[in-house]
Order: sequence, then C-alpha cells, then structure tokens
Amino acid sequence: NQSELDRQREREREREREREREGSMSYDRAITVFSPDGHLFQVEYALEAVRKGTTAVGIQGSKTLVLGVEKKSTAKLQEPRTQRKIVALDGHVALAFAGLSADARVLVHKARIQCQSYRLTVEDPIPIEVISRYISKVQQSSTIRGGKRPYGVASLLVGFEAGEPRLYKVDPSGTYSQWKASSIGRGSKTCLEFLEKNYASDIEEKDEDPVKLAVKTLLEVVEAGASNIEIAVMRDGEPMQIVSDEEIAAHVEVINKEKEEEKKRKKLSSVSSWPN
Amino acid sequence: KRRRLTMADILLGVTGKDYVLLAADRSAARSIIVFKNDEDKILELDSHKLMATSGPQGDRTNFGEYIQRNLQLYNLANSVPLSTHGAANFARRELAEALRRSPWQVNSLIAGFDKKGPSLYYMDYMASMHKVDKAAHGYGAYFTLSVMDRYCVKDMSLEEGLSVLKKCIHELQTRFLLKCNSFILKVVDKDGTRIIDMDGNTVEPPKPKTFNKSDDSDSKADE
Repeated sequence: NQSELDRQREREREREREREREGSMSYDRAITVFSPDGHLFQVEYALEAVRKGTTAVGIQGSKTLVLGVEKKSTAKLQEPRTQRKIVALDGHVALAFAGLSADARVLVHKARIQCQSYRLTVEDPIPIEVISRYISKVQQSSTIRGGKRPYGVASLLVGFEAGEPRLYKVDPSGTYSQWKASSIGRGSKTCLEFLEKNYASDIEEKDEDPVKLAVKTLLEVVEAGASNIEIAVMRDGEPMQIVSDEEIAAHVEVINKEKEEEKKRKKLSSVSSWPN
Repeated sequence: KRRRLTMADILLGVTGKDYVLLAADRSAARSIIVFKNDEDKILELDSHKLMATSGPQGDRTNFGEYIQRNLQLYNLANSVPLSTHGAANFARRELAEALRRSPWQVNSLIAGFDKKGPSLYYMDYMASMHKVDKAAHGYGAYFTLSVMDRYCVKDMSLEEGLSVLKKCIHELQTRFLLKCNSFILKVVDKDGTRIIDMDGNTVEPPKPKTFNKSDDSDSKADE
C-alpha cells in the first residue's frame, strides 16, 4: 500500500513537472528566444508561412534578369491589377516576394526609402547586395528583440551592379545570399530541383531565352495557363518591364509542344527497346 | 544679409501654351570670386518636372536633391507620379517647417507638365508660393519682369517664349552689373524635360568633367 501511494505521488509530481515544462515551451513558441535544442521556433514558423505563399522564381542570364511569379487566382469581383507581386524598388532594382503580402508591403516601403536615402547620401544607385543586406537586417532585427514577430516574407531581388546582373535571395531569418537561379514559396523545392537540372549560366550565349526558362520552371508547379504566370524582365540600364500576357502565352504554347514531342520520342524509344 | 545671399543668381521662367521654359545663369560665385561658369542650377525632379534653385551652393544643392529624392520615392511607392501642384506644395511645406528651425536660403521656380497641362510655381526662401505664368528671382527680376510683362502673351508658342527670354537676357547683359554670359535653358512639355539652346534646338546634357589618373598635365585636365 505504501509503495502504491509512493508511486501515485511520483506520478503526480511527474505530471506537474511536465506541465511546467510545457508552460516554458509555449513561452518559447510565443517570442523569439531559443528553444532548449537551439531552434528559433518563430523564425521556423515564419519560413512555414513563406512556404505557404505563391511561388516565385528568379533567373540570372548574362544580360537579362528574369523574375517570375505564380499569380494567385483573384476573386471574380476583385480587380486583378491591384495584386502586384513583382515590385520596383528603384529604377534599377526589382523584387518578387513570397509569403504574407502585408508584411511584404511594409518591407518594400522601407526598402524603397533606403534606396532613395542611399542615392541622396552617396549619389549612386544602390548596389543590389547593399539593399539585400538592408532588407535582411530589418528582418533579422525582428527575430532578436522582444515583442516583435518575424516578417513572414522571403524575397528575390534582381538588378545590375556596374553592368553585371545580380540575383539575391532574402529569408525571414535575415540571411541573404547571391544565387544564379532560385525559387521561393510553395513550389520552391520543385522549381529549385528543375532549375538545378536545366539552368546553365550561359543560357543567353546558347541563344535560349531566360524568360522561356522561367515560364517552363513555373509551369512545373502552376496550373497550366499563361493567366497564372506573371514575368518581369530587367536589362542593364533599363527599368523593369512586365512581360505581356501574349508573350507568355506564346512561350507556354512552345513549351507544351516541346513536351508533347518529348513524350512521343520517349514512347518510340521505349517501344524500340522491347525485346523481340 | 540673408536675402542678399540669394540675389545674385538669375532664374527666369515663362509658361506657354503647352510647355514651361526655365532659364538660369551658369556662374557659381560668392563675394568677389567666381568658382565655376558651367553650373547647372535647374534640377530634373522627375521625367516631367524641373526645379530651378538659387542661393548659397550648399543649401541650393541639398534642398534640391532632397526634394528630388523624395519625389522619386513618392513615384516609386505610389506608381503614379505626383502632380506639379503636389510637388510644389511638398517643397513649400519642407521650406516652411524648416523656416523657424534652420531655414534654407533657397529661392526656386518649380515647373512641370501633368494632366492639367503646364504650370509654373514661384517659391521664395520664406516659403511663400504662388502659381504664375512668368517669374524671375533675384536682382535679375528687377530687370526682366518688366520685359516679360511687356512681351509675354497668353498661350505662347515655344518660339515666342524663347524670343521673350532672349529679350530678357539681352536686357541683363546690357544693364546688369554682374557678367552673365551663359545661361542654361530647360523646357518641360508633354514629352518630358530637355535642355535647349537659344534657338530651341535640343542640346546634350552637359557631361561632368572627368579627371583621368593617366593625365598628368594641367591642360589635359582642362579639356
């Protein structure tokens, strides 16, 4: 009997300890302090929010930079024009984001002010690395101090620095890095794998269109159709240009034809490999 | 004494049927020393706005560039450019708020072309502003306003506007004590801003002087 009571007391004490631990764990999850195993849960949840956002891809050619986004389907009564996922930060920098669009709006506004402030003090257009670093600084600052939650936004920045094309990716954790081709958002894993297989830094020398590659990449994750894709192109010395729907539709047609032909080829080659 | 700092620069502006023409003298000088003779005092605030400024070099350039950068920010952040009226009022408010803290000694003329057509705003260093058809700042005003009053008509063509300005400049060169050999003329119309010469022909924007490390001799640097 005595041992039973002991065991009961032990169990109660264990339950209390568990409740205490859970209490402190939920504390970890609420604000950005480290969890016992070294995670910043809020940052990881922010990355999750980004993974729920619509896909964006960025491709660096030798003379052209391309940003492509998956267009979210707009409600019937909504004006599609007001939903912009590719924005110009300055005449020579463009940004595409994935994640919470309200957070993105705030970040983009801060970035725009920084671009002009840089021009005012330095009298030069802001280098892409510098503005990426600024955005990542803003995002990181909300992961370290009390009360703030991280920005649930990842961005792809493109622009030219002294004639050289540059593509940068910024994370909600506040890390930024340079990429030759990258992707963010819900289809990013698929798109990144596709790009790893199909991207070559000399696309333009081989006379291939980086815009076509962007459309092809997005078609891997987007419901087929030019109406679900938006592409922007940036060339040295020119402001960002949004590609027309007609041009995208033309690319989609060509890509679909090529896929059909590829399928036919595979069928024929597999037939010929059948043993007699 | 504050007023005299802005008086020596000559700024002129006339509005026509579908354009605004601004002229500014090109010398940067203080007291008895001339620093340079190719100063451009008319800033392009954006594709369809010009701002001519006068005053001490520091205030003049700082204020102008500050307004220019803020207008660019507005255009980018709102994807619709600010009207000339809005830009002029923004500049005026900046001057007014600084007036009783650390005032800018900058007289300016803001010219623009927007949906409402061409407009010219006269603004003075104390932040008084008025929309006008013809304007002049500084000592130059004493000589040229009467000429403008006499020869300007409503809905002038660009040629007529240029001839009025030529008369003003001739008056200055004849009667004004300070030497004013060269002027920079800029026009803004529906196609945007451009630099023109006295005959109305478009001129390339003045290239900034470059000093190559390889050049040692002074004469090469002067080119």
